[in-house]
Amino acid sequence: MKYLPHTPSDLEEMLRVIGVQSLDELYAEVPEELKLKRELNIPAAMSEIEVRRELHALAGQNRQLCVFAGAGAYDHYTPAVIPYIASRSEFSTSYTPYQAEISQGTLQYIFEYQTMMARLTGMDVSNASMYDGSTATAEAMMMCVAAAKKRNRVIISETCLPAILDVVRTYAKFHGVDLVELPAAEGRTDRAALDRLLEADDVAGVIVAQPNRFGVVEDFTGLADNCHSHKALLVINTVASALGVLKSPGEWGADIACGDAQSLGIPLSYGGPYIGYLCTTNALIRKMPGRLVGQTTDADGNRCFVLTMQAREQHIRREKATSNICTAQGFMCLYVAAYLSLMGAEGLRQVNDHSYAAAHHLCDRLLATGKFELRYPELPFLCEFTLRYKESEGVAALRDRLSDAGFLLGVPVAEHPDEIIIAATEQRTPEEIERLIQSLS
Amino acid sequence: MNNTCYGKLIFELSKPGRRGYSLPENPWTAYSTSQLPEGVRRQTAAQLPEVDEMAVVRHYTNMSNNNFGVDTGFYPLGSCTMKYNPKINEELANLPGFTALHPAQDERTVQGALALYDKVQRTLSEIAGLSEFTLNPYAGAHGELTGLMVIRSYHLSRGDHQRVKIIVPDSAHGTNPASAAVCGLQIVEVKSTPQGTVDLASLREVLGDDIAGMMMTNPNTLGIFETQIPEIAALVHECGGLMYYDGANLNPMLGVCRPGDMGFDVMHINLHKTFSTPHGGGGPGSGPVGVRKGLEKFLPNPRVRRDEDGTYHLEHTDTALGAVSAFLGNFGIIVRAYCYLLSMGREYIPMAGKLSVLNANYIKERLKEYYNLPIEGLCKHEFVFDGLRPEYGGDHHDPGHVTTLDVAKRLLDYGYHAPTIYFPLLFHESMMIEPTESETKETLDAFIDTMKRIAIEAKEQPELLHTAPHHTPIRRPDDVKAVKAAKFVF
Repeated sequence: MKYLPHTPSDLEEMLRVIGVQSLDELYAEVPEELKLKRELNIPAAMSEIEVRRELHALAGQNRQLCVFAGAGAYDHYTPAVIPYIASRSEFSTSYTPYQAEISQGTLQYIFEYQTMMARLTGMDVSNASMYDGSTATAEAMMMCVAAAKKRNRVIISETCLPAILDVVRTYAKFHGVDLVELPAAEGRTDRAALDRLLEADDVAGVIVAQPNRFGVVEDFTGLADNCHSHKALLVINTVASALGVLKSPGEWGADIACGDAQSLGIPLSYGGPYIGYLCTTNALIRKMPGRLVGQTTDADGNRCFVLTMQAREQHIRREKATSNICTAQGFMCLYVAAYLSLMGAEGLRQVNDHSYAAAHHLCDRLLATGKFELRYPELPFLCEFTLRYKESEGVAALRDRLSDAGFLLGVPVAEHPDEIIIAATEQRTPEEIERLIQSLS
Repeated sequence: MNNTCYGKLIFELSKPGRRGYSLPENPWTAYSTSQLPEGVRRQTAAQLPEVDEMAVVRHYTNMSNNNFGVDTGFYPLGSCTMKYNPKINEELANLPGFTALHPAQDERTVQGALALYDKVQRTLSEIAGLSEFTLNPYAGAHGELTGLMVIRSYHLSRGDHQRVKIIVPDSAHGTNPASAAVCGLQIVEVKSTPQGTVDLASLREVLGDDIAGMMMTNPNTLGIFETQIPEIAALVHECGGLMYYDGANLNPMLGVCRPGDMGFDVMHINLHKTFSTPHGGGGPGSGPVGVRKGLEKFLPNPRVRRDEDGTYHLEHTDTALGAVSAFLGNFGIIVRAYCYLLSMGREYIPMAGKLSVLNANYIKERLKEYYNLPIEGLCKHEFVFDGLRPEYGGDHHDPGHVTTLDVAKRLLDYGYHAPTIYFPLLFHESMMIEPTESETKETLDAFIDTMKRIAIEAKEQPELLHTAPHHTPIRRPDDVKAVKAAKFVF
């Protein structure tokens, strides 16, 4: 077996050194009744050719669709350089960089990632990644409670993605957070209801989304002040790529910026691996979950990078740690750092501009068919928007039909069966949009 | 490794006007983000690098030369199972038939992906001796948290609201108590015996109707198999608790003795340890969670279900503990693990476990004259030395003694990754060595010779070790300065 290098003579010599007769004798202390006395009932070993055949067959049972949907996963272009760099196995086959002297590659790209994310979000500091946008938001919720000490209530706007709400709700239930879900008000955060809730002065944090679940770009003017005047922290969950053109969480006055950075060069990959990000202010660093890379110097006085502020973490503080997170999505920091290096601020602006134009053109074309109406016509959107489908067949049947025609058209709105949230990115062409429109009828 | 450190940051290569992207002409010039209301737009561009494409490639290539991975050399990092990461797995995980799938695609269009998920789920269930796995958790600690949520959901479903305590041995991985705390459980620590195993008398003292369960890894973090596991499981079950198995140490037990057969009810597996997926310098990993029959309904949403006609669908239920991930976990990592499971198959999966034990015992036997072996006897996939023996400069009572940190740093000079150090916390100078089954006898012999040579250096030239490493891209970093003069962004 090509992954197991032991020859019969190796076995013989090694067993002799250890002083046992057989491999089985290495388990002499394991009670006999616990041992599996049969072969595992799993498939037999395959050659590489057979493995390749099996995986190609499975991949072939999936259909690659022309993507007109987002909902937390965006079909932006991944430049060729990124998978090329990511194939450097010095990066991918390393462990968490505990030994800084031989891990400067990992530490440095995480430091670059932290810098870029801090600049993009307008915050002071970024950690070295969370699992995904939903768990990053759940961690932000727990961070609010930990920072507030005596408050246990967190408000989350239902303008956040349902997938995020589900995860945050789960963490809240088990962690014992009093999570208040604030219904959306016509496509936006219900600011009036939020202000009333804040009046009780028992709220540790408020979580909102930008652009929100419906694609709407919200105006958060005054929100941070309202939160802060009641000693609540403001958490803004943002689609990372949108920060190329949208006002940053820092500029809105947020205390924590979190979300998913899949939109920065990471392939769709059926939902993972992606990368959650979490950025905050200097005041809250010690409450922040996850790894953090810092700059220092070595014994010769040269600049270098290390894992730092580890007194927050589980391997030092155990149950008193800020989070249980250990292995996160470190390697995906390399994707994001390489992507943002290639794109720069101008490239990212162009990606947003192009996606904005594709989405608005698509929206106009769909409205022109007379089958749809814009659900929130007064509200601005970036590259994702909500429509009401007026035909009697309903959104589910429409999506099925278009799926057969090779398109992923939007995601349904669970609570409104006639509504659909559609997205477009810089990868979509005029021809694809025309084919989509023709496939509607 | 080379000792010329490439030390530039990408920001230091930036020059206004350079670009590393190429985008198509925007065909819809009537639209622009400048049409968004002024108040929601970014007023100043984020300061990102401006560099050309080759600069990016050269930058990250040079940085990779400052990194050490399994592909570079021997990586005996205890509890991390740094086995070989097969290359066919990488190639097949990158098939467009997987990477181009959007998570919102309808089930009919992703039958291959769902079938793969189900096949991995079923294979892990058989290997673990459990009923069903969810592959949604993203990493080991996330799996622990999910598994503890299953345990709490089980008790809550029975109206057993007072079960808020979880038993954790003092030798446990740090994530165990941390995950329990995130899950809202109180930690009850039980001490180890001098042999490093769970002390049954201490365990009996803490059992009661407030116990939700117990977290264990077996073999434990000392690499010792807990032979009293049937009694421990029986005691915890008798008091109404459930047994949680931390799968970080599953590798040596593959095909020999299954967690389900040991009496565990819930467990997680680290695909990035036991099933060969790359660790990526800190993830993405994958932490599937398996449960005994009767607990399946608590597994997180969504679950992949196989219908009678052989098709698959996603299921969301109210009995589930909720959701722990936005979609189906780190799917790309699951694909890699499936490739490994197929390549190894029923013939070689058990061999991986046995050979990992062989390699660990071989190193232990050949080095115990030089390093303190606190617990004699057979180890499993890993073992712990408590620093150098006194005759090799390791006497704790001597303030100038050569520490485990010194030995670890000197190993870097010789082209090895260091073992896990100062864990478990049971000893002053812990050095936890896990060679995995991937390594040849020649690699182990060379490592053993180096460890002996370091012991002799420790005796004859201790200063050489106190100031190690000497031949790495950087020298020992100033960790105190990293905290005091905190700098987390450029």
